[in-house]
Parts: sequence; structure tokens; C-alpha cells
Amino acid sequence: MIDLVIPSLLETLYMVFFSTIFSVLLGFPLGILLVITEKDGLWEKPMLNKILNSIINLLRSFPFLILMILLFPLSKLIIGKTIGTTATIVPLSISAAPFVARVMESSLKEVDKGVIEFSLSMGATIPQIITKVLIPEALPSIILGITLTIINLIGYSAMAGSIGGGGLGDLAIRFGLYRFQTDVMIVAVVIIVILVQSIQFLGNTLAEKINKK
Amino acid sequence: MIDIKNLSKDYINGKASFSAVKDVNLHINKGEIFGIIGLSGAGKSTLIRCINRLEEPTSGKIFIDNVDITSLDKESLRLTRKEIGMIFQHFNLLAQKTVFENIAFPLSLEGKSKNYIEEKVDELLEYVDLTDKKDSYPSQLSGGQKQRVAIARAIANNPKILLSDEGTSALDPKTTKSILSLLNRIRNEFGITIVMITHQMEVVKEICDRVAIMEEGKVVELNTVENIFRNPKTKTAQSFINSLQNNIEDEIINPSDFEGKLIRLSYLGQSAKKPIVSKAIKEFNINVNILSGNINKLHESNVGHLVLELIGTDVEVENAISYLRNENVHVEVLQ
Ligand SMILES: Nc1ncnc2c1ncn2[C@@H]1O[C@H](COP(=O)(O)OP(=O)(O)O)[C@@H](O)[C@H]1O
Ligand SMILES: [Mg+2]
Repeated sequence: MIDLVIPSLLETLYMVFFSTIFSVLLGFPLGILLVITEKDGLWEKPMLNKILNSIINLLRSFPFLILMILLFPLSKLIIGKTIGTTATIVPLSISAAPFVARVMESSLKEVDKGVIEFSLSMGATIPQIITKVLIPEALPSIILGITLTIINLIGYSAMAGSIGGGGLGDLAIRFGLYRFQTDVMIVAVVIIVILVQSIQFLGNTLAEKINKK
Repeated sequence: MIDIKNLSKDYINGKASFSAVKDVNLHINKGEIFGIIGLSGAGKSTLIRCINRLEEPTSGKIFIDNVDITSLDKESLRLTRKEIGMIFQHFNLLAQKTVFENIAFPLSLEGKSKNYIEEKVDELLEYVDLTDKKDSYPSQLSGGQKQRVAIARAIANNPKILLSDEGTSALDPKTTKSILSLLNRIRNEFGITIVMITHQMEVVKEICDRVAIMEEGKVVELNTVENIFRNPKTKTAQSFINSLQNNIEDEIINPSDFEGKLIRLSYLGQSAKKPIVSKAIKEFNINVNILSGNINKLHESNVGHLVLELIGTDVEVENAISYLRNENVHVEVLQ
């Protein structure tokens, strides 16, 4: 059993770790752009804002499995394959990116308008306001947002497992569904639950620890 | 120093437009503490925010040291803003940063060296008497301490002008006094011009040299604080003066309850020292009934008020009033 579970757990962690990094790298700048280009934002660009919003809404409305299949060609282009844990990181990252963008957008919007106004009154540039004010002030909320992203990605990675992505989801389906080894499925599910709970706990603790408000 | 010419600001919301500031003209001198008082919604914040263009004026011009602020491009405006500090009613401190980091913020924007920042911030901390709070976070400070951090931060870059939008409105009276005396010290020691927005006459009385009274987007009265206290012209000015706790006589005294002539004397500190009232009693054949009196300590002098009932023949009473007027006392006849 352990021989089965450990490699799958490592696969899940591998997929989730890298897709978190890539989705944040893609989604975070998008979130910032959404906030600064909106009406009365630091860099008001209504057209760009509209386009970004539409793209994000469109991507978010695709069910993950369909998006994953649609993105097979892209995985092939970047990784060279369409199935397997590494290949799965591509659709995972891309489907989580718009989610990250929304989460970051709402975190950054929580920053007190007065603080931004003060920064403007001091003659800060837009990049200075983003890096020295917006992000540091929103950091606890950003950490909670990333926690939520990781948890989502654990769920998505389990789904991806069912179409050849590997990991705990794959294990649960292969043994539980196809071979009627319910015990393996239960262990896989329990590990996923523990994983989600610990990530949430860690995220909450960290966010609370750094929050000085 | 600051010259505001025909300044107007309309807020446009779809088709609806609202004039928050209407054709305001002001000249603010260098090193002056200039108050702008008005009720909520009078347009004070809009006006002061036009000075550093946090709000874009709809029309009119603002000159600072003869430079037209309204015509600056974005980059020049940004650089000019470094010479204009600002403090706010709700402090607007960076909640995730320590007191030290908050004060260091404007310096770090300039890319100043670590050593310079360290030295300058320590100096400012001492100046605002917060050295022991250096590593605290804003959430651990009282309102007055927060505003002192905000003031230190606003003057870190040695600005020429300090704008205060209701900087003491969230504070209790005692803390307000200590913040006002800090601002006064800053003006005296660094010669910074301070523009103070407030709805509290206490603030004006305490530190302002001159005051503009705003109502519905317009400046309806403008004078030295002394003159406003001595002789308020508009109803708004009068009600602001009456809003001070020790100025309640007008509501209590009903002139028709008295037979004699009711007068209200307003006099400045120097006149207060002379026994003019007793002289008037001796020189003219009148009796005097004192109905109420108070004194307002202003920033640089005192303004006293007395409400008297003068009893005597019309001629004697008139003579007494002209005598008082000659003694540099402002006399308002209530009845
Ligand atoms: N962004 C805005 N859009 C529309 N109306 C505004 C806006 N800001 C202020 N106003 C209106 O302008 C008037 C003056 O506001 P303000 O300058 O904040 O007054 P004060 O600071 O004297 O209380 C108020 O009636 C207010 O409702
Ligand atoms: Mg206001």
C-alpha cells in the first residue's frame, strides 16, 4: 500500500507545487493589471480592463477537464507530451491563472484607498505604489488567496489524474473504481483531505502571523 | 506662496453634475497657518485636494511660488508633490509597516541611502516624541500617536507646504491640542506653510492666522482669525464662533426681556487690560448690567466678549457707545 501511495503523493505534490508557481506567475500580474486599469485606478485603461475581464471570465467558465483537453496541443508544445504529471502542469497552471488573478484582484482591492492616496500625495510612481504599498499592505490577504489556489489545484490535480495525469486522484480512480480496491481509494482520499486541511492551516497561520493590522 | 484663482470643481456623474467648489480665490502667504472651515459637504476637502491635484480642478488656476500647478504634466506634478506634505483625518498609515518604516517611506521613494534614512527617521522620531514607538505597528498606537507618525512622514522630505484635511477631527480635544501645537512648532521652526481644513472652530482659534469660511462651495468670509472673532460678518461665521462651548450667551439672552439697550462688546487682548467699562460708567450717566462674558484664547492674542445692558437716557447711552468704539472695542447693538 505504502509503495503505491507514496509515489502518487509525490506526484501530486510535484504537480501542485509547480502549477501553483506558474499560475501565480501568470495570474498575479493579471490581478495587478485588473486593479490598476479599472475606473479610478492608478492607471485607468477602461478598454484594457474590459478585455482582461472578458478573457478571465471566459477562461474561468470552461470546465477544467474540457480546458485540459483543449490545452493538449499546448502541453505537447511546451513539454513534448500530453499526458503524465509534467504535462498536466500546463493545463493546471493555465486554468488556475484566471482564478489567481481574481483572488489577487480582490486582495489588492482591500487595500485602504487612503493609503494609496497618501502615496500619490508623496509623489510615488505607479511601480513604487505597487511594490511598496499595494503588495505589502495586501500580503496577508494574498497569502490566503494563494492558500485557496493551492487547495483548488489539489482538487484539479486529482481530476487531472483521471485523464492520465498521475497523482493521488489517478491512484484513487485506478484502484478504487477499476479494481474495486476500496481501501486504496480511501487512503488516497484521506491523504488528499489531510493535505487540504494542513495547507489551509498553514496558510491561515502564516497570514495571521504576518498581519500587523 | 499659494495663489488660487477662480477655482471651480464639478463632479460629473453620468449626466448629473455637481459643483463642489465654485469660483474660489485665495491667497495664502508663506509661513502662514491658513484655516479653511465649513460644515460637512461645504467643499473643503475638494478644495484642498485640488492644491496637490489629488482632485483635478474643472477650471481656474493654482500657483505655488508662481508655478501653475494646474498646467503641470504628470511627471512634473509628481515631482512637485514631493514639496507638498499631506495629513489626513484617518492618518492613512501603512498598517503592515512599523512606525520607523512608515516615516522612512517617503525617503525610500527617493532612493536615499540606508544610513541617511536611519539618521533622518531617528531625528524625526525624536522631533515628534515617538522614539520609544519606533518598532511598533500603527495598530498598537493611539490616534494622537498615529497622527504624529503621519506628520513626521509628511515632513520627512522637507516640504514647503503641509496640507491637513481634518487632521485633528478624529482626535479628542486634549490630543487635538497637542497635535496643533506640534504643527505650530513645525511652522515656526521650518517656516512651512500650513493649510488646515477643519469643521472645528477650536482648531481655527488655536493656531490659524487667517481663516476662510466655506459654504456650498464658496468662500463666504475671509479674514484674520482675530477679526473673525471680533466681528463675524456672516451667519455661518457667527454660528461657528457660537459653537465654541463658552459662547452660548446669544441663545440664552433674549433681548426683548430687557428694558435697556443690549450691546455686545468684542475686544482684543490689549483693550481688555484697560478698565473701559468702569470708565464708561463713571463718565456717562448710565447703569450697566453685565449679562454674560467670555474670552477666547486665540493663537496670538485673546478676543473677549461681553454682553451688557446699558440703562440710561438715549443720549447718554449713545455717548457711551461711541466712547467704547473710540477705545477700539467692537460694539454690536443687539437691541
Ligand atoms: N467623488 C465625488 N463625486 C461626486 N460628488 C462628490 C465627490 N466628492 C465629493 N463630492 C461632493 O462634493 C461636496 C463637497 O465634498 P467635500 O469636498 O468632501 O466636502 P467637505 O470636505 O467640506 O465635507 C459634497 O456634497 C460631496 O457629496
Ligand atoms: Mg472633508
